[in-house]
Amino acid sequence: MAESPAGYKEKPHTADWELKVWAPSLPELFAQAAQGMYALSGARMEPESQISRTLDLQAADLETLLVSFLDELLFMGEQEGLAFERFELQVDETSEDSYKLQGKVHGARLAHLAKEIKAVTYHNLSVARTQRGFEVNIVFDV
Amino acid sequence: MVDIQDMNRISEYEWEIPQSFRKDMRVPVRIFATRRLLEQIMDDKSLEQAVNASTLPGLVGQVVVMPDMHQGYGFPIGGVAATRLPDGVISPGAIGYDINCGVRLLGSQISLEAVEGLLDELASALNHHCPSGVGGKGSLRLSEKELEQVCREGSRWALRNGYATEADVRRTEESGAIEGADPAKVSKRAKDRGRPQLGTLGAGNHFIEVDVVDQIFDAKAAQVMGLVEGNLAVQIHCGSRGFGHQICSDYVKDFQSAVRRYNIELPDRELVCAPLNSPEGENYLAAMRCAANYAFANRQVLAHHARNAFEETLAGRVPNWHLHQIYDIAHNMGKIETHTVDGEQMQVCVHRKGATRAFGPGFQGLPSEYQPIGQPVLVPGSMGTASWVLVGTETSMQRSFGSSNHGAGRTMSRSQAKREVWGEDLHKELEAQGIRVRAGSMPGLAEEAPKAYKDVDAVVETVAGADIARKVARLRPVAVIKG
Repeated sequence: MAESPAGYKEKPHTADWELKVWAPSLPELFAQAAQGMYALSGARMEPESQISRTLDLQAADLETLLVSFLDELLFMGEQEGLAFERFELQVDETSEDSYKLQGKVHGARLAHLAKEIKAVTYHNLSVARTQRGFEVNIVFDV
Repeated sequence: MVDIQDMNRISEYEWEIPQSFRKDMRVPVRIFATRRLLEQIMDDKSLEQAVNASTLPGLVGQVVVMPDMHQGYGFPIGGVAATRLPDGVISPGAIGYDINCGVRLLGSQISLEAVEGLLDELASALNHHCPSGVGGKGSLRLSEKELEQVCREGSRWALRNGYATEADVRRTEESGAIEGADPAKVSKRAKDRGRPQLGTLGAGNHFIEVDVVDQIFDAKAAQVMGLVEGNLAVQIHCGSRGFGHQICSDYVKDFQSAVRRYNIELPDRELVCAPLNSPEGENYLAAMRCAANYAFANRQVLAHHARNAFEETLAGRVPNWHLHQIYDIAHNMGKIETHTVDGEQMQVCVHRKGATRAFGPGFQGLPSEYQPIGQPVLVPGSMGTASWVLVGTETSMQRSFGSSNHGAGRTMSRSQAKREVWGEDLHKELEAQGIRVRAGSMPGLAEEAPKAYKDVDAVVETVAGADIARKVARLRPVAVIKG
């Protein structure tokens, strides 16, 4: 079965969680990574209460931008009890060693969260260009 | 891939990957394992991660890995690495996100016989008193100033606020407060996460367990600790919660640019590091120590809650329901210690990630009663299996930077465990074995199934066989509380 153009898949790891994420564009890659992270942690949102947040992040490389983006979502999960399912993101390379993420994330209050994610790690983290777009493996410490 | 042919067998319990195995290795890798455990270890990428760890600048001696080793992220779980002062590096990822995750053991005069009929009630009371679960917040809401006091004082803060006894503090690694903590080096975000979480267990593999002392191997050491066969004991396994996770995350991110500044080349970005004497290295050390002290205080407040649960359930029903502290150890830490390497005494930063300090007899930093027997080493097993109390030895000082293992070690991924084990079935199975279970989540319980772990007895036989720790007592669980 052919894989869809954008998605995520869990890979085997002895103690932690490894997620393979792919998408045709960087904003979609970031959105898929977020959705994969929520799926792994068993996040369920309340049906009502639509909430949006604005993000504006900068980093020296794409990997750090991705880690910062997911960290931001984890932090809003823990502090405000929020999770997000719709992403309007823009990811740009502003200069040789500066990347920027701007946009809005839309979601709701968390009704339930099954698993705790301690951190998004840099373990073998590398955003790669592929024929169909972009791909990255992310290991979460759980 | 590391193959068994690439290794030298040193003894039945010890193997070495020589420095010549890969050109970027700075020191050899020493593995404490039997052939059987080694074969299990080779199923995942942990040895490759140990070889990667051996490339850190300023390493001395060898990277040591314990028989409970398994694949982590960057640095393997069960790894020990020492870097020399002043210019060796400190690597936050080689300590872990859960800074000063550790184990506390409390002993009692309560015989299992006397409370057999009250264990259900006791398990429920512990579950009620000790907040647990995902993102769990506790009964305390620390002000910024109080959090800074916790950062500096650790268990001493708990003592001042009525959550500890003098004996608890004395019988804690570093007396519950490591020096050199500086809250100014901790981000606002970490502080925001830390303030509501003191005195909480969290989720994942963290737990509170009521055990019975099943077997004594060293009568003298057991007597000194107050461990009596047939009596109850309590283990608390947790760490520095979101506070520590955030501090590690902040510094791993920060060090991504530090490695460029110091021209450090590494095989994995999670191993990022900075020289111990650089501003970056010093800042991380000061922040890490805040998290370490937070974790000591966290386990102390949880011990206080556990005592309340024991009092509520057992006061007036058994003659002496008190819980006394045996010891509290860290198993994710970086510590400045003095060791002898190749005949030369030197100060080093020992990174232990999923490894326990196991100092031998005579170490001045131990409470006086423990100096003749060596430092207690607390080894929680997987849920439903045994846990062990060991003591450190002279040999551990010579062969493993005074370190031993920290648990049984996983062998099976969480998703495989969930596919093979149904949480509700496991719950029933454990109850049938006489183990009361209070778990926040059934899939979470399945992930921690005993079959997902190595045989803790075989792991302990290995460290005992290698003489890096000595057996004192074996504990058997009767009640488990999990987030």
